[in-house]
Order: sequence, then structure tokens, then C-alpha cells
Amino acid sequence: MGLLEWATSPWGKLVPIHIAWFLIWVAVIAGFLFFIVHVTYLRYFAKPKEFAGSISPAVAAQIPDRVPRHSLAARLFHWIMAASMFTLLFTAFLPKVGVQFNWVTYHWIAGTVLTASVIFHIIHASFFMDFWAIWPDRIDLRDAWRRMLRAAGKPEPPPDRFAKYPLENKLYHGAIIAAGLSAILTGVFMMSRVHTVFFPRNPYLFSDLTWGMMYVLHGLSGIGLIALIMVHVYFGLRPEKRPITKSMIFGWMSRDFYLKEHDPKRWVVETSSPSSSSPSTSKGLEGRGLTDAG
Amino acid sequence: MAVIRDVMAAFELFQPTSVASAQKLLEQHGPDAWVLAGGLDSFDWLKDRIKKPKAVVDLSGIDELRGVRLSGNNGSDGIEIGAMTTLTEVVNHPIVRQKYDLLVQAAELVASPQIRNQGTIGGNVSQDTRCWYYRSGWPCYRAGGNICYADTPEGRNREHAILQADRCVAVNPSDSAPALIALDAKFVIRTRKGERVVDAEDYFVGPDIDITRLHILQSGDLLTAIRIPSTWASAQFYFEKIRDRNVWDFPLMNVASAMVTSGQNSSDTIDRIRISVNGAAARPLRLKAVEDAVRGKPRDAATGEMAGKQAVQGAVPLQFNAYKIPLMRNLVKRAIVGRPAGVEEATWAS
Repeated sequence: MGLLEWATSPWGKLVPIHIAWFLIWVAVIAGFLFFIVHVTYLRYFAKPKEFAGSISPAVAAQIPDRVPRHSLAARLFHWIMAASMFTLLFTAFLPKVGVQFNWVTYHWIAGTVLTASVIFHIIHASFFMDFWAIWPDRIDLRDAWRRMLRAAGKPEPPPDRFAKYPLENKLYHGAIIAAGLSAILTGVFMMSRVHTVFFPRNPYLFSDLTWGMMYVLHGLSGIGLIALIMVHVYFGLRPEKRPITKSMIFGWMSRDFYLKEHDPKRWVVETSSPSSSSPSTSKGLEGRGLTDAG
Repeated sequence: MAVIRDVMAAFELFQPTSVASAQKLLEQHGPDAWVLAGGLDSFDWLKDRIKKPKAVVDLSGIDELRGVRLSGNNGSDGIEIGAMTTLTEVVNHPIVRQKYDLLVQAAELVASPQIRNQGTIGGNVSQDTRCWYYRSGWPCYRAGGNICYADTPEGRNREHAILQADRCVAVNPSDSAPALIALDAKFVIRTRKGERVVDAEDYFVGPDIDITRLHILQSGDLLTAIRIPSTWASAQFYFEKIRDRNVWDFPLMNVASAMVTSGQNSSDTIDRIRISVNGAAARPLRLKAVEDAVRGKPRDAATGEMAGKQAVQGAVPLQFNAYKIPLMRNLVKRAIVGRPAGVEEATWAS
């Protein structure tokens, strides 16, 4: 059983045409295995979270009740991307597992929406948000090492509180970038093989081999996204992560959660007055790149 | 690509004598099984070694799949044709000739007498497309690949689709299918879950739904019979097939209509009508919009002209098949008014 499907081109060459569709189930099973392993780990092996140091009462007093986390633009991007991503996955893979429907038009329209929203996000994140907030830094790597050693029972100092995003979020974002951009770039070229409103159909843009590799890469990205989205939804629904999920809906997280998990030095929340507790006090933070990277 | 045409690849041959055992074999072998009816489409595939099934289930020994059975008093409620009934048997059956002459007209135009002696009604409606890129074994969409070789600027697509193409532009080659749709036939299918009866037009699928097959039969399914109700018995029928060689050939396009009119003269009012065209898309098209438009209208040239124009709405020609648009207009028009002298027809200039 091969991982790829091959065919003989009209010129007698053996070329890949797409991934083997059983890999869809491999991705789904991998997603479920992750759930089981993670739940088992949390239930039987995980130790309570512990962070180095404590936040001074003076700093804590300056934190508003509602800590702004995601701007409206960022939230809209996230949910538009989510809707288009689910549409893409369902329209791509349901027909392959026997649910037949007219999927191509929905697929390329959803792909267009995803592409446009990702372009918006790249510009938005690069010029209007704290671009580096989502990338792992030295402290993340050091703390990840410490957390691993502590989990193994080694005597290591506890890690610092997180910046705006924990390392796991940052790594997940990196994986989504890799899978998402692969799917988008190959998908844009693949649109030249079907009739769309964007450009004339040209199936001979590349050689059979290049096209085959493009379909393979698109398929691999797609099944990678199946597993990644499953994991994302799983974490979004986990009770301890709900404050983060809610922040993607309402834009803010609670002061208590912020102080428990995040380091005010690494994720600076600007406030207008020490006693303020209204979300409006953080107005204008975003333009200064202090609140949002996701 | 070199095509080997000497002998077929080896397969295991099964010759069941009952539908139940045939179905069991099909379920047992799943996608590796090939259903053999008359063999006229199958042996092309097998001898060209394009399709290499591991198991072939030959239905020719199943008597219950053969023959025309009458329903009600001498067929007053319709007829049921076993899927393995040959086209010659269909054409020669007295009740079919008397009441469902549309099917006779269509079946008589299938290929040659020898082929009609061997070819079955079930095989005729279930046969695969004749797109030569696909039949040559090229890895096109229909073969599971990721390209349509016919839908390219250089592609030989004179015979291909003008309607409802979606990546693949192949067309359905059946002559009997549009006649059965016009007669409101029902197809009886044995599936793993039991018997399923579908309208004739729903037996066929386009590439937008399933790009690798022309009909809804899944692995393990078996078309066992075709039921024709008496609804359209002895109505006014029209069938016409356009082909390159009138001796015997697959259709470039064909049209079938069944009509009931009221009145005494040539411009009677159309009370009821069903009309279907094949060779325009990957599935035989029932022209519901045309039926609705002409119902209640006089059966005259103006109505036919209007129907023809409506039938080709949305047609998108390929490089070499634009002629199919006026052809379809004219066929639909003729299916309504016949071919009276002096009626102008649409023309095509290349």
C-alpha cells in the first residue's frame, strides 16, 4: 500500500497524481490518538502548573478586569479563516470517503476566501500588530526545556509565566503556517485546472510531474490540516483553555487568568490608570502593537 | 502509450445463476469485481488492458434477469424489463412495440444487429463513456487522475459535452437512456441494504457529483430491472439520433420525447410531455424547464423554436463542438413538432 497514487502519463512516464486516500483516515486516527494520549497524560501524569516568582501587588493592581487580547479585526480573521478552513476540509475529503456532492465550486470559493483572509492577516500582523509575539523566543525554549526536565522528575527551577502566547501556541501557529501556506500556494495553481472567474483555464502550466507533485503536496497539507484542526478544536474545548477560547470570541480574558498564566513583563498590557477596570481603558493599545499577534 | 491488444489480463471468472449469488460475489470482491452483461463495453476495457479486474461476474446465466414481464392485465400497469434482456428482445417484444415504441426506436438505433443481439438493456444504460483519452487509458479525472485531456485548446473534443461539464467533459453514449427517461422508467437496483428503485434520470450522475462513474451503482450494487409505467403508453413519441456513420455508431447527440396532446389538428395543445437529450452532458438530461415551458402551448414551430432556445441555455462549447448547440436546438424542436416541411432550423457555421 503506497502513500501516493501513481499513473502513467501519455508520454509513458510514471508520475504521482495524488496522495493515497487512506491517509485521510490516518490523519483522523492520529488526531484521536493525540486526544487519548493528552487526556491520559493530564489525568495520570501531569503535575500542577508552577511558575517562577510572583507578580507584585502593585503591578497586579494596574491590570484591568478585562485584559484585551484579540482585536475585532483579528477575531474576524480567525473566524473567517475557521469557516473557510472547515469548508475546505469537508468539501475536499467528504467526497473521498463516499459522501458525493458538487464540491469543486464550494472548494475553490472557500479557498479564495482563505487566501484573501491570510493575505490580510500577513499584512495586519506585519504592520499593525506585534509581529514577533507569535514566534518562539529564547525564554520559551529555555522554559520548554525546564518543563520537560521537571516533568521527568529532574530538579529544575520552574519556568517563567507565558508571554502573550505559550510556546505550544507558537509551535502550532508555525505548523499551521507550513500546512496552510502549502495548501494555499498549491491550491492557487490548481485553480488554473478548473474553470473559475479568476483566470483562463490552463492545464499545461506545468509538466505532468510538477502537477503531480503539486497535487501530492496539496493533499499532504490537507491531511495535515485535518489533524491540526482536530487538535485545535480539542484544545479550544478543554476547560482549562476556555478563557483563551472565550478571548477569541469576546476579545478579552479575565484579569485572574492573565495574572495566573501570563507575565506582565513579557506581555505588557497598557492601562490608562491603576484603578481602571473597564475594557475601554485599553483603547488604542493595538495601534502601538501591544495587544495582538494572533 | 503502447496498448496491448492480444489477450486479456487474467481474472477469476464467476458465472452465478441467481441474483442473490451474483450480489454475494460482488460484495465479496468489492471494487476488484467487474460486472459483465453483454460484454460489448467490458471486452473493450479488458482486451485493451485498461481495466484489470481481479474477478469478473458474468450475469448471462441468471434467467431471472432476462425477459419482459407484464404488469397488470396484459401490461395495463406497465412492464418490467430484466436488465439482461437483449436489445433485440426488447425491440421484438409485441407489447413494447405496441405501447412503448419510443424505446423500440431508440434500441433499434443502437449499433448493429449483431451487437443488439448480444447487448443488453442494462448494459446499454450502464456503459462507460467513449471519450478516447479516457478509453486509451490516459490518467484523466475520470480515471482517477487530475487532468482532462479533452478540455484543452488542442484536445479532440468534437464529441464532448456542452452542458454540465465539471473538469471532465465526457458524455454518456447510451441511446436507450433518454428514451427510458422520457417514458418515466424506474431502475431497480439491488444494494447491500436491499432493493432500491430510482427514477431513470436519477440513475445517472454528472462529474460534479462523481467524476469516475456515469451512474449511481456503487461497488456491490446490481441493476436488476427497468420498470416502465403505463403513464406514457401509446403516447406520441419522437426519437432521433445523430451520428457520424448512419450504419452504426455512437450518438453525437440524441433526443427522445413522449407527449400527450389535445385537439384535432397539427397545432394541438401540449397537455403532457417528457423530453430528454443525451450526448450533451455526462448524463442524459431531462429537460424539465423545457417541459414546463411548452406544457399548455400549441404544438407548433414557434413553441418548438422557443423550446430549442431554452434547451441550450447555459451551453458552453469546447474548441471543436460548438456545432452541438444548434444541433441540440434543432433536435429539441423536432422532438416537439416533428420535421414538417418548411420549418426553418438553426444553422452552424464553423
